[in-house]
Amino acid sequence: MQRLLRTGDFWAGLVLAALGAYIVGQARGWDYLTEEGPGAGFFPLWYGIAMIVLSLALVAGSALKARTGDRARGQAPGPVPDAADRVPSNVGLYRALACWLALVVSIAIMKVVGFIISFALLSWFIVAILCRQRAKVAFFVSIGGAVLFWALFSWALDMNLPAGVLF
Amino acid sequence: MDIFSGLMHGFAVALTPANLAMCLAGCFLGTIVGVLPGLGPPATIAMLLPLTFRMDPTGAIIMLAGIYYGAKYGGSTTSILLNIPGESASAATCFDGYQMARKGRAGPALGMAAISSFIAGTIGVVILMLVAPPLAKVSLAFSSPEYFGLMCMGLAMVVLLSGHSLVKGLLSMLLGLWIAGMGTDLFSATSRFTFGRAELLGGIDFVVVAIGVFAIGEVMANLEPTEPADMLPVPKGLKNLLPTWEDMKRCRFAFFQGSILGFLVGVLPGAGSTIASFLTYGVEKAVSKHPEEFGHGAIEGVAAPEGANNAETAGALVPLLTLGIPGSGTTAILLAALVLWGFKPGPLFIEESPALFWGLVASMYIGNAMLLLLNLPLVGVFAQLLKMPHYAMYPLILGVSIVGVYSNSSSVFDLGLLALFGLAGYAMRKLDFPTAPMILGLVLGDNMEKALRQSLMMSQGHLGILVSRPISAALLVVAALLLVVPLFRRLNATRLQMIDQDG
Repeated sequence: MQRLLRTGDFWAGLVLAALGAYIVGQARGWDYLTEEGPGAGFFPLWYGIAMIVLSLALVAGSALKARTGDRARGQAPGPVPDAADRVPSNVGLYRALACWLALVVSIAIMKVVGFIISFALLSWFIVAILCRQRAKVAFFVSIGGAVLFWALFSWALDMNLPAGVLF
Repeated sequence: MDIFSGLMHGFAVALTPANLAMCLAGCFLGTIVGVLPGLGPPATIAMLLPLTFRMDPTGAIIMLAGIYYGAKYGGSTTSILLNIPGESASAATCFDGYQMARKGRAGPALGMAAISSFIAGTIGVVILMLVAPPLAKVSLAFSSPEYFGLMCMGLAMVVLLSGHSLVKGLLSMLLGLWIAGMGTDLFSATSRFTFGRAELLGGIDFVVVAIGVFAIGEVMANLEPTEPADMLPVPKGLKNLLPTWEDMKRCRFAFFQGSILGFLVGVLPGAGSTIASFLTYGVEKAVSKHPEEFGHGAIEGVAAPEGANNAETAGALVPLLTLGIPGSGTTAILLAALVLWGFKPGPLFIEESPALFWGLVASMYIGNAMLLLLNLPLVGVFAQLLKMPHYAMYPLILGVSIVGVYSNSSSVFDLGLLALFGLAGYAMRKLDFPTAPMILGLVLGDNMEKALRQSLMMSQGHLGILVSRPISAALLVVAALLLVVPLFRRLNATRLQMIDQDG
């Protein structure tokens, strides 16, 4: 059971089954067939049902694999798990999620500080914290990058960059 | 317009200074993208797509196509010098290209990769030019049921060849259909899956999803630590890059079969250039008089896959331009680009937009010549890009992604969606869910639903219309057969072998 709870496929299947159920629930509220032909609910209802069936198949498949794995582990050295069965390397996962969080924060503060500052902060975080470069390098990349983006997109191409209350 | 006059018209369009500049920019960018491992053409094209909305569409498609086929040229440089494919399509080149470089023949390997790419790329464009117009005429007979069948077959093929698990491929495609269905239903004005947000009434922009899944997801995946590899030196001087006459003679069959097989694989949805290059590598080894040399530095082992992956790009444009059906993530983005610029790829595309079609075809002849010139004398310069620190790339990609999405809609809400789809793209990579079926489902979702509903309107709600017409019935039967392939052990083993090569 513990092995099953550690597989990505199991959780992905559950999430997608829930999404499928949501799609079916919503589609049932719309017209299935009208006098003119199929209604707004026709297509989503069918792909929602397909999503539930396939997600449950994924869950069942991962449960079966986990059971086989548990049995094999009891008898002999366990088989090499598939990529989706492995828990991703923690360092890589944390770095990827930290980068994503930094992106979310930079988007959130863009309304206040504008694109240039939020982009410089995002660049600094990636270079200095995630990639562990020297402070000088991080400073140069973040400020240089922000100036380059402003010069290229805002000044040269006259494009609309996200503006904040402050800038 | 016959083929010759169409081509002349195309050269008149492609040879204007602005379009020549766009072609050069696309080829140059494509080579850079190909050289750099971890940054692929779909991410680059998706990121640059919003920036092209202010451009002339002909110039813009010439540039984006240049990135698409240019990346195939650049990918070989990394395969030969680092034993790491710059593009998955260049993976087969590692086998013999790297071995040649280790034996001090990096120059001829790089030169042969460029020459073979040029020959097969050009032959591919010739076949595209000859095949596309008649195919478009045939597909004029298609109505809604046939289109529905065609889209089902295309999606089934992509799902079949996109990953080990058919279930995951199908789920990925259904996710794409769901995202495509968000917004106001054009038949009944019903709001679907908008979560009460006015921003979602118009649906989710394709650009946001494509950039999120490909570009942001790629940055996140690349942040995982990797071991640095040692790069072999590039010989200096054009003379040291040219293969000998004996090398050229040994590769003559590789040029030919790489072009033909590569093109044919390209026409099939889902197969892609990686499969094309491995397939031609296998054929070349099978027919070679010296099969024992393969894997130890046989120059045909460089020529065949490099030719095939370039001919494949021309093949992939056939269903895209004549039927409006893309066969991969990259061609799906190109289709979205054409639609966003106001064009309708399909049977009438060549008739309605001759300047765009023939301009693109002519630009591919010019682009292949440009790439040969770029990749022979300048290969050393491009190889230096491999020394560029990765940490400088990540902010650059994130910045271009943010600017691209914001310039398209001026909406911070879309930037939030960008982050969300970035996380989804990363999760899909980690969990082995293929992204191509989702992107294809997203691009085709609207049209697929429209085709199905129109078909059922034609038949007063009877599903029989889909199987009573011979073409649509045949296409649906093929789609169904493709999806049962994994049930047959032997066929599934072949499928998995092809996917492993793709990986």
